[in-house]
Amino acid sequence: MLKPISNSRTDFPILNREVNGHPLVYLDNGATTQKPQVVIDAISDYYSKFNSNVHRGNHSLSMQATVAHEESRKNVCSFINAASEREIIFTRGTTEAINLVAFSFGEGFVSHGDEIVVTQMEHHSNFVPWQLMCQRKGAHLRVVPIDKNGELDLSTFKLLLSERTKLVAVTHVSNALGTVNPLEEIIPLAHTAGAIVLVDGAQAVQHISHDVRAMDADFYAFSGHKIYGPTGIGVLYGKEKWLDRMPPYQSGGEMIDRVTLDKTTYNTLPFKFEAGTPNIEGSIGLAAAINYLAQFSPLEIQTHEEDLLDYGLERLKSIPGMIIYGNPKKRSSILSFSINEIQHFDMGTLLDLYGIAVRTGHHCTQPLMDALGIAGTVRASFGIYNTREDIDILVEGIMFVKKRLGK
Amino acid sequence: MQNMHEIQKQLVDNFNQFETNNEKFDYLINLGQSIPEMRSDQKTESNLVAGCQSNVWIDIRCEDYKLYIEADSDSLIVKGIASLLVLVLSGQDASEILNTNMGFIEEIGLWRQLSTQRGTGLTAMLAKIHSAAEKCRDLQK
Repeated sequence: MLKPISNSRTDFPILNREVNGHPLVYLDNGATTQKPQVVIDAISDYYSKFNSNVHRGNHSLSMQATVAHEESRKNVCSFINAASEREIIFTRGTTEAINLVAFSFGEGFVSHGDEIVVTQMEHHSNFVPWQLMCQRKGAHLRVVPIDKNGELDLSTFKLLLSERTKLVAVTHVSNALGTVNPLEEIIPLAHTAGAIVLVDGAQAVQHISHDVRAMDADFYAFSGHKIYGPTGIGVLYGKEKWLDRMPPYQSGGEMIDRVTLDKTTYNTLPFKFEAGTPNIEGSIGLAAAINYLAQFSPLEIQTHEEDLLDYGLERLKSIPGMIIYGNPKKRSSILSFSINEIQHFDMGTLLDLYGIAVRTGHHCTQPLMDALGIAGTVRASFGIYNTREDIDILVEGIMFVKKRLGK
Repeated sequence: MQNMHEIQKQLVDNFNQFETNNEKFDYLINLGQSIPEMRSDQKTESNLVAGCQSNVWIDIRCEDYKLYIEADSDSLIVKGIASLLVLVLSGQDASEILNTNMGFIEEIGLWRQLSTQRGTGLTAMLAKIHSAAEKCRDLQK
């Protein structure tokens, strides 16, 4: 029996608190989501009942922790419909997952003169690692521009693809504009050109469908803390055929098979890419978050968040001086805007005085801000617990700030 | 000219007459509006101080071993913060600036909001003023 989304709000204890004397209105879910009680309990249970290091221990606690940690991997595997748990690498987050591929794929497969294609709307986490890898390997970075609606210019993308293209790195959902990119077109185009594709799913997995095999992504990365789980845990999905042939990223404990004075052989997947003691509380918390989300219908999550977007767009557009950034055909859970003559930092700081949490600035997408010719925006981003009332309060808050600053 | 300690005390007293953060922010924004406007030709790359979320320009002149400071920002709040520095430090002796503790900003009651925001660039503004003060003081040697 699925749980209705309207009941989700009470699962998140933090939403009961006040900020600056007002009930918290949390609209910064693109940065991180709040945690339901079941996630908090799962982490607390781990530490109070079976905390122990995983894998090589032969005592009960270690075996219990190992089972829980590896169950979490299975959970993630079915959550994104990967073919095998060997394809699920636990990382610190999306950033580390992308850095892992940029390093290991770069070392294994990229040579002087090769090309990597990224897009102008990438978060710095899916831009800088490729820039650095290109510098290291003597490869060239090609950047897909965006059009006036904040969508990728696919005709230029096609022109950028060539036999020299080794990898295409693209975000599923833009963290600054909410644009949902047409992976169903991008991935086959890249594959036809002989390139593989890494998808940054940080802003997608909690909102829209994320079947890695259906989309045929070669790599897919996301963070636990943006899907109602804890910080410090993330996932790199990679097709086994690539992970198998890539050299290790970091080295040390866990990732070895046999170490001698002369050489080291590596552990099997996924452990080859997981040096050191893993984030056990993180994987357990992440699994609790995935289980929590599984109580709701994915369609209802999507419908609810689309309703918030439509309502938010309509309400924000009614404010004089409002500029909404991006007008994509498909948008997910993010509205980026500014008000004439009010600097975004001022707007964010003053909205906080009314208990409203939004994010302001360049959202770690400076190449995108450059393309838009702006320094930053105010971003409201939604999660399952947000309501139309939250948007009403945001609009009221913006009107207060406007009045206060005489704009 | 009032000494820096007196100006700091006055500013802290002014802020403390307001009870709410709302009123304090309004006062901070008003302070920012009260300092002289910067000319556009002063808003150069070299006068720009890196803040994460706003542009702030600090133009500093050294005359008779004293610093004369002007500031502007596209953010009204950041301009308010910059105006605190201008009001206390501009026109003061460079070596005295280097010996003055600017801890009063912690006492105006908005410290939690201002110090944790990388966007304000407060530390970078102070560093720029201190570096100019060192050069200005060293002219005496």
